[in-house]
Amino acid sequence: MKPSRFSYLRGIDTDHILDALHHGGPDARIMAGGQSLMAVLNMRLAQPRWLVDISRTEDLNAIEVDTRTGHLVVKAAATQGSVEWRKTLEDEVPLLKQVFPHISHFQIRNRGTVCGSISHADPSAELPLALVTLGGEVVLRTKKKTRILPAMDFFQGMLMTAREPTELVEAVRFPLKKPGQRFAFAEFSARHGDFALVSCAAVVTDDAIRIGVGGVADRPIVETLPKIDGDDLRGALNDLAWKLGAQDDAHVSAAYRRNLVRKLGWKVIQEAM
Amino acid sequence: LNKAETSLLLKRDPDRAVEDAPAPHVGRPMQRLEDAAILLGRGRYGDDLAVKPGTLHAAVLRSPHAHAEITNIDTTAALKLKGVRAVLTRDDVRQWSQPFVVGVKAPMEYWALAMDRARYTGEPVAVIIAESRALAEDGMELITVEYAPLPPVISIEAAIAEDAPILHEKIGSNVVSDRHFRYGNPEQAFASAPHRISLEAHYPRNSCTPIECAVVIAEHLPGDEGYEVTSNFMGPFSLHAVMSLALKVQANRLRHKTPRDSGGSFGVKQAVFPYVVLMCLAARKAGAPVKWVEDRLEHLTAATSATARFTRLEAAVEADGRITALDYDQIEDCGGYLRAPEPATFYRMHGCLTGAYAIPNLLVRNRVALTSKTPTGLVRGFGGPQVYFSLERLVQKISVALKMDVIDVYRRNFVAADAFPYRAPAGALLDSGNYQEALRRSLSEGGYEELKQRRETARAEGRLYGIGFAAIVEPSVSNMGYISTVLPVEMRRKAGPKNGAIASATVSVDILGGVVVTIASTPAGQGHMTVCAQVVADVLGIAPEDIVVNVEFDTHKDAWSVASGNYSSRFAGAVAGTVHLAAVKIREKLVRIAASHFRCNADEVTLLNGMIGTTNQLVKPVTFARFAANAPHWAPGLLPEGEEPGLRETVFWTPPNLAAPDEDDRINTSACYGFAFDMVGVEIDADTGRIRIDRYVTTHDAGKILNPALADGQIRGAFAQGLGAAVYEEFKYGADGSFQSGTLADYLMPTTCEVPDITILHLETPSPFTPLGAKGLGEGNNMSTPPCMANAVADALGVEDIRLPMTPAKVLAMIGIDDPEPSRPEFKEATPKKKAAGGKALTAQGVVEIDASPEAVFAVLMDPAALAKVIPGCNALESIGPNKYRADVTVGVGMIKARFEAKIGLSDIEAPKRLRLSGAGISPLGTAMGEGLVELTPSAKGTSLSYDYEAQVSGKVAAVGARMLEGAAKVVLTQLFEQLGRQASGKSAGSGNAFIQKIRSWFGGTK
Repeated sequence: MKPSRFSYLRGIDTDHILDALHHGGPDARIMAGGQSLMAVLNMRLAQPRWLVDISRTEDLNAIEVDTRTGHLVVKAAATQGSVEWRKTLEDEVPLLKQVFPHISHFQIRNRGTVCGSISHADPSAELPLALVTLGGEVVLRTKKKTRILPAMDFFQGMLMTAREPTELVEAVRFPLKKPGQRFAFAEFSARHGDFALVSCAAVVTDDAIRIGVGGVADRPIVETLPKIDGDDLRGALNDLAWKLGAQDDAHVSAAYRRNLVRKLGWKVIQEAM
Repeated sequence: LNKAETSLLLKRDPDRAVEDAPAPHVGRPMQRLEDAAILLGRGRYGDDLAVKPGTLHAAVLRSPHAHAEITNIDTTAALKLKGVRAVLTRDDVRQWSQPFVVGVKAPMEYWALAMDRARYTGEPVAVIIAESRALAEDGMELITVEYAPLPPVISIEAAIAEDAPILHEKIGSNVVSDRHFRYGNPEQAFASAPHRISLEAHYPRNSCTPIECAVVIAEHLPGDEGYEVTSNFMGPFSLHAVMSLALKVQANRLRHKTPRDSGGSFGVKQAVFPYVVLMCLAARKAGAPVKWVEDRLEHLTAATSATARFTRLEAAVEADGRITALDYDQIEDCGGYLRAPEPATFYRMHGCLTGAYAIPNLLVRNRVALTSKTPTGLVRGFGGPQVYFSLERLVQKISVALKMDVIDVYRRNFVAADAFPYRAPAGALLDSGNYQEALRRSLSEGGYEELKQRRETARAEGRLYGIGFAAIVEPSVSNMGYISTVLPVEMRRKAGPKNGAIASATVSVDILGGVVVTIASTPAGQGHMTVCAQVVADVLGIAPEDIVVNVEFDTHKDAWSVASGNYSSRFAGAVAGTVHLAAVKIREKLVRIAASHFRCNADEVTLLNGMIGTTNQLVKPVTFARFAANAPHWAPGLLPEGEEPGLRETVFWTPPNLAAPDEDDRINTSACYGFAFDMVGVEIDADTGRIRIDRYVTTHDAGKILNPALADGQIRGAFAQGLGAAVYEEFKYGADGSFQSGTLADYLMPTTCEVPDITILHLETPSPFTPLGAKGLGEGNNMSTPPCMANAVADALGVEDIRLPMTPAKVLAMIGIDDPEPSRPEFKEATPKKKAAGGKALTAQGVVEIDASPEAVFAVLMDPAALAKVIPGCNALESIGPNKYRADVTVGVGMIKARFEAKIGLSDIEAPKRLRLSGAGISPLGTAMGEGLVELTPSAKGTSLSYDYEAQVSGKVAAVGARMLEGAAKVVLTQLFEQLGRQASGKSAGSGNAFIQKIRSWFGGTK
């Protein structure tokens, strides 16, 4: 379990990295915290020619509040831990505060980055679900241009995103809490810290419910419901559970996953009501 | 009891711990002497050891197929790679070695490398030897192996089926042993019993997974010197003979050493031995020392496994709950080969199949079956988990069937406290115990009344709560003769008797009076150094901290024998006891010298607090160090007449009560038998099926406890692993035989977050047969916890057929899932069709709308140049016959990419309506095979293309990516058909799969 040969480039600053991507294209692979990539490299499931390490790239290790657009901007080299331990996080993006403890174990969050998890697009991961449910954005940048995509358009399938080979996920943008919004998150996994079999996040306002579900479809899916409760809500959650197209896999049955969508969906919505 | 045993019991053994002598160390929770090095990161594990300059590194190429003919191996390209020094193949193995000896008389050829056929996923096929491991793995990717896949044998049921594919054609059957045993008069007991209660039990494949995997450093010595190896193989050293024979050398030409530290074994390091042989051959091929470190994927895939077992167990039960007979019909899954010492999993437990109960009559049928899975071997609990999962589940079922309190079933059946030593019908001599007292203490101190109260309250509130129990006899110090029970009497007679469990230890005193203890117990973290120091300190009256215990092991320099090693909980009973005996010999010699020196009687000499003196206080005591060094080393002239110089004693000891199997197949399988009684209260979450442990109480009687802290550590560890087997752990295989638990994210072990604190209670009924009265206790909870948990779930849910591991999904399936229909039927369309039973691993169906006529689409499929552009990641495509192509394809899902050499075929061609598209590819990451029907129908847009696919993926991708395979197949197929649309229409096929589009439309306005 040793990686095949690659050239290693430690990114000095963003321009340096964008240059590398410009020249390397699909042969270059960004490494941030390495929490998914290192295992994949060691198992030779990926054999990039260039490994571009951004973990010590100073200008990418930043977390900023964009007061103009109302976002918490987490740049590419910022670790999950550095966001999690941010003192003001509870006021800024309360959902994230709830989500972090469910992401693996703190040792891993101390190395793993927020943008890395978003780029990897694991359908069971918590951060893509949080970003989609909150209606966040992904900032993609090449040497020549920058574009900002809604999270919903960024995720394209299992491990698949809209990122072009020469693009760097420079930052992700989580909308700051707005008055009247209430949040809740819950997941069910085999063990503490494992990938969720099903995870649910809810944002409830005075007139609507946004419910996001991870771990079932090939990407996190979010649905907006009117402010309903009781049997109406149960019915809506049941429809949602079916619409996600759960399938039987090595671990659980489709019916089990639908059951979790109903139960966890109900739980988070009640909590956020 | 035979005569020898009776006399042993009556006679007060002078070598036994002197009860009235002070024992300031044994029995106390002394801190571990090993820990300073380990906690500072300075343990000396196999991979830490310095190797000779010029040592090369090995990687093992393994079969991606569960069952396949190996038609060709081409190493040319690999050998051309710079840094690759040699490749060991089956031709070398055939020349320099012979098959491993197997435990039954059957023409089975089990070699260190697969010969003409691979019989399990992960079976070694070649060894690449290079200047680094990374280079060896580079070389591995360049070896081309041609396989002709054969149907796999993936379950016990499949193995014994009439039309089963045969794994070893020379044997002609997958059942390699079928033995019947009969003790007492079971037929009469069954005929006269008012109740016959039976149960079927399935025990799954699982393991206890050490942190450190296998490490082997091997060298082929010049001339005829043979081989020298350092590895973390842990014994039993009877297997040293198996290794030597395989290498075609005398045992003295295979020098084997083990490092000081081992990062966990749990029996599993027994499975290192075939790799010792393999790496010796690799070193011979390379002409240089070779080092191999097993990685996690190799370990999980191919190291070893506990046997899976199917048991049909029936009991004859009296109206009052007394069990008068048991009838076991057991079938064991031992994997692709019967690897020594299998079928020991069966026979280790044979003598005590009646458990903790006085059941006089017994019928047993044991069948050993082979499957196309990893060979099985020692896994902590060895045989116990399989037996007790049926026996203890049956006891619970008896209490339900007879509407009795299960506690009463235990009370009526336990061996009576005054019956010890008790001879069980199959031959176990239960040495000591008081099961009733252990039960009483467990219920009273463990709080049974309170648990019942909690159950009542929970149930009144509609919650699911259950209480479970398990009572087990825990054998320790295995009789080396038990394995021969598998042979019929006539064969045993021919082979000659085998019995005993020889332990050895050496205590020496150096020239400044320092004490060094050496043992052949190859510890793996249990604290052997600490306990040996405690034992010797008590005998010699010195401080444990002043004693050096060297646990490294060397077959050329240490005292050892067939039973040496670290298994069957033999340390406390046998090894520590033998250390005690060796220390006593040192003490006796010192006492003789002191009596002469101090001119007193031997019984007046004292060894206390580091001083040697006399009870008469007439002479000034001398320090132990000064006295012990003086006459034996510096001044032999001072020795009393007849006393040898030097001070070093080696003792070999074997338990007095271990005979070979008798003419009636009775066998005392172990020297001693501890007892454990478990009780658990669980609550089950009706929403998710998750089991929460409310309270777990485990009561143990392991005789004299040498170090209570270490004992509790053993119990906690075994409990965690028992909980793993009960709720989390299973080696999973696909229908095609592919292995699907290749990472620790797929093979789930409970972590510290999942393992609750437990209550541990002790009873100490010393064994009359071991020098210190101690027995093993480290395996009990591996045996008791799975049935205890299962019994609690059975109690909570009122169910009978419980399959391990009891994952939330399985538990919820037993409760029943309320799965109402959606409000609109089309919402169900998102859910893929149910797979046919026994279907292939992966399926995919879908419809794609293409902006071109069916004729245009069909033309693309029939044109090789166009087809090459359609197949995602196709680097090259060449025709190899009508509608047959060879392609070089890079398949990618996200960051994961694999380059396949694929064969693609088109068949059932019916232009322009349908065709069948099949593909088979092989890559270093594994193999993939797929076949599907593609149908084209004219539609408003142009063509509606529907596909219905089945695929199988095996090898590394299946082992590490099980969670993602379905999704990955979908991604690849979507790419394929989108590209087909583009190629046929000359433009983009819209934004992808129509089906995904439809699903997304349900979530409109979601940005």
